[in-house]
Amino acid sequence: MTDHPTHPPEKPALLTRIQQSIQRGPIRPPDDRSRMKMVMNSLILHIHPSKVSKPALKFTYTFGLGGLLILLGSILAVTGILLLFVYTPSPDAAYDSMIALQTEINFGNLIRNLHHWSGNLMVVVGVLHLLRVFYTAGFTRPREFNWVMGITLLLLIIAANFTGYLLPWDQLAYWAVTVGTSLFDYIPIIGEPLTRLLLGGPEVGTATLTNFYGLHIAVIPLAIFAIVSFHIWRVRKDTITVPREINQERDKGKVTTLPHLVSIEFVFALVWLALLITWAAFVNAPLEEAANPAHSPNPAKAAWYFMGFQELLLHFHPVFGAIIIPGLGLMVLILVPYLDQDMETTGIWFRSVLGRILAGLSFFLGVAGTFGFVWLNEYYLDFPGWLPFLPSSISNGWVPLAVILLILIGYYELLKAFGIKTCEARQAIFTLLLASFATLTFVGIFLRGEGMALILPWS
Amino acid sequence: MSENKLLRKDFMNIVWGAAGLLAITELSLVGLSFLSPRTAEGEFGGVFKLGHYDQYPAGSVTLVEAGRFYLVRLPEGGLLAVYRRCTHLGCAVPYDLSVGKFVCPCHGSEFTMDGDVLNEPASRPLDLFTLSVNEVGEIEVDTSSPVERDQASPNHIVYI
Ligand code: HEM
Ligand code: FES
Repeated sequence: MTDHPTHPPEKPALLTRIQQSIQRGPIRPPDDRSRMKMVMNSLILHIHPSKVSKPALKFTYTFGLGGLLILLGSILAVTGILLLFVYTPSPDAAYDSMIALQTEINFGNLIRNLHHWSGNLMVVVGVLHLLRVFYTAGFTRPREFNWVMGITLLLLIIAANFTGYLLPWDQLAYWAVTVGTSLFDYIPIIGEPLTRLLLGGPEVGTATLTNFYGLHIAVIPLAIFAIVSFHIWRVRKDTITVPREINQERDKGKVTTLPHLVSIEFVFALVWLALLITWAAFVNAPLEEAANPAHSPNPAKAAWYFMGFQELLLHFHPVFGAIIIPGLGLMVLILVPYLDQDMETTGIWFRSVLGRILAGLSFFLGVAGTFGFVWLNEYYLDFPGWLPFLPSSISNGWVPLAVILLILIGYYELLKAFGIKTCEARQAIFTLLLASFATLTFVGIFLRGEGMALILPWS
Repeated sequence: MSENKLLRKDFMNIVWGAAGLLAITELSLVGLSFLSPRTAEGEFGGVFKLGHYDQYPAGSVTLVEAGRFYLVRLPEGGLLAVYRRCTHLGCAVPYDLSVGKFVCPCHGSEFTMDGDVLNEPASRPLDLFTLSVNEVGEIEVDTSSPVERDQASPNHIVYI
């Protein structure tokens, strides 16, 4: 008789037990089933579904723009936290912190540059992501509200950039924020109190820096984090739209998220990180002399993403340039998914061959028309001069606005008369407006010189 | 009896809902007034005493740096405190002695000595601060809130 005591079941080694207390499944799951389980059970990975549409992985559909926004947001969070340890938010010390970053702190410039360029790039990528979604009809039912959240996110990204702009407290910061907040001043009734609240007084000063600092480091980032979480949760629930070619059936094929999507994301993030660090190592974020409230530079320009609005203000009565026109634009943008319900074209770039041609044509017309208008307005157009008996809100507001609306309605009706589908005609109008705003921004940034006179490159 | 109970329930729902709304409103008001602009004494935003008006000859424009305004003595003797902030987009407007007008460096707005618009894009005259002269002829300017005006008018000018 062998008198063996019965063994208790074998206990795993201590190290394995520690490892399993952190990551419950196998670290390298061997089959699809366990890979799906790993995605489901991981806090970070479960922002993805366990399986994704195969065609939607195609890079030229999303261009990874939503993912790039997450990466940029993360870089901003890390570099921003580092900057907090060096920066003092007071008019006397803020500019010195910038100098310290440039001269004393190890890698100070690199971190500041990374933060600066990632922030600015986020505005660009946010707009590109919006355009991707728009031109592939990614906003159609049930994704309407995710589009609205996206617009909110874009506004928050711009707000984050704008509040951050003031923090270096140099001439650029001081006057760009002065000019930028003065744009709000033109909003009837609430404009003045709103600007005063934002600035903490009638002018940019100590209170403004405190306010902007609070908004920039706490309020806006938290709001972005909350809404992004909601946005991505919705993308996961609704699943991403499936791309397809014209006249092609929807491909229902699916693959497991791990490794097919996660590996693409990893490589993509690493490549962008490398690009950004290289860029930040060589290109410095601008810094001018310390802010001087007594001396405005000539010309004083708002931050580049506001130049389109500043340009509008040069051409229209302030209530129209600052409020009515941008307000109408924002309203249309928010309403886009609720107006356009053509589910047939979801996932097709520009909806059809004709849609592609029309979008191209409208873009060209928008750019050419806007350049023409800016040029005419500089040298020939003078509604207030021609209509001296009218107040400027009519001659420089209602009259040009009516002309523009008539042109848009005429264009729309013309397209419809040629039998163009509603959604393609709407896409054409959107493209026209987009091209027009992009052109105004371009003119404001590059073609405005001293006293905001139009400087043509060949003159 | 049961009807009474129902009514009571509805009533309580309304009361609790109203209490919730009230709490939110109150807390928002507390938050807003916590954040409302604060002005320190003696800084920009306070009252400036500028001495006897005799010190400022007719036809002169004097910058009061700390108050961010110009004390303007018009050729016929009237007084104005003109806020330095351009009404277009807020730049600091210098006074150009050689041409006798305010010329904004930012987008080229021009204003007369009493702040009226000579040249767009600014759409209204420079703002004013309330100016008063006491019995002994000393000037006081209150910078707590700028006075906006749609047109320059002799009513704004303080004569002694
Ligand atoms: C912080 C900013 C944002 C982040 C991090 C973000 C993130 C993402 C991600 C990761 C996706 C998955 C697909 C993709 O990568 O394209 C997505 C989809 C989507 N986004 Fe965003 N996004 C942001 C801003 C916006 C903006 C500005 C809009 C437009 C107004 C928008 C509207 C949408 C819509 C409608 C979808 C679903 C598209 C489809 O199913 O084809 N998002 N977003
Ligand atoms: S701010 Fe003075 S002209 Fe624009």
